[in-house]
Amino acid sequence: MGLESQLDNPFLTTTIDTVVNWGRKYSMWPLPFGTACCAVEFMGVVGPKYDISRFGAELVRFSPRQADLLLVMGTVTQKMAPILKQIYDQMPQPKWVVSMGACASSGGFYDNYSVVQGIDEIIPVDIYVAGCPPTPENVIGAVYKLQQKISQEKVAAWR
Amino acid sequence: MDQSQITDRLKARFGERILSTYAMCGQEAVTILPADLVEVLTFLRDEPELRFNMLMDVGGVDYLGYGGDGEDEDELRSHRFEIAYQMFSYDLRHRYRVKVAVKDDSVEVPSLWEIWRGANWMEREVYDMFGIRFTGHPNLRRILNHDDFVGHPLRKDYPITKRQKLSRPIDHLLTDKQEWA
Repeated sequence: MGLESQLDNPFLTTTIDTVVNWGRKYSMWPLPFGTACCAVEFMGVVGPKYDISRFGAELVRFSPRQADLLLVMGTVTQKMAPILKQIYDQMPQPKWVVSMGACASSGGFYDNYSVVQGIDEIIPVDIYVAGCPPTPENVIGAVYKLQQKISQEKVAAWR
Repeated sequence: MDQSQITDRLKARFGERILSTYAMCGQEAVTILPADLVEVLTFLRDEPELRFNMLMDVGGVDYLGYGGDGEDEDELRSHRFEIAYQMFSYDLRHRYRVKVAVKDDSVEVPSLWEIWRGANWMEREVYDMFGIRFTGHPNLRRILNHDDFVGHPLRKDYPITKRQKLSRPIDHLLTDKQEWA
């Protein structure tokens, strides 16, 4: 029936890290933290044309307790910053953060009194996506990069 | 009604209390002092031929360090702030603008909340950004910046990149009934 019928020996020898990371990287549940136009671009990424579900990250959750991938899409103001921190803290480990677009990554052109100059001032970021807004291909590229990063992780490193 | 006719009506009614008038491409405005604000705008709202029943916007301007064009507006520029009130008449489909010259932030400007309820949040925004205090306002608190913010960021003497961190989420935004007053 399955894979074992193709093999002489029904056992494979591998490591825990390889198996767990293989599972994790193809089943990321994203939480969209959309504060600006990048979030509209993300709708294109989830939609049927670009379809992020081909990469196993389509199950968008709107509760941080059910998500392990935080997608920060858009401008984060000083007033919003503690809310972003609280949402990140509420996510169970393992968890990853993608900073999408110029505003989330560096403040963008909002070099002023009200905008956080990059969300890495508040929370750790795994992948930065360039663009204003980034193209859908660029976002899919970020998911692909993150999958490569996850496959290199040590399971014991997460609490 | 044509905007120049509205200017003429105001000049006929208030005379010397109209400090100056402005006209550009069919848009006209008058400048007055805060003490006359309620009277002039109540007149604009209640006069049967004007009927400005909507206050569309309230905006502030900081003229600190502004050289001006060296023409007839020199006297006005001795006032640091200006507040601009944009009005619209649903019934008569005309618009008008009234500007108030505010010498500095020690001057108190009367709130228009009693005339148009929509002035509430617009005046809060002007207070937040420029520090103009509106007397008689029901809930004069910051509306855009967080409550720990010190200073008023759209003033010309505020360093534009001076950022002020907020350490805790603002829980009261959703639970505080005052916020929606």
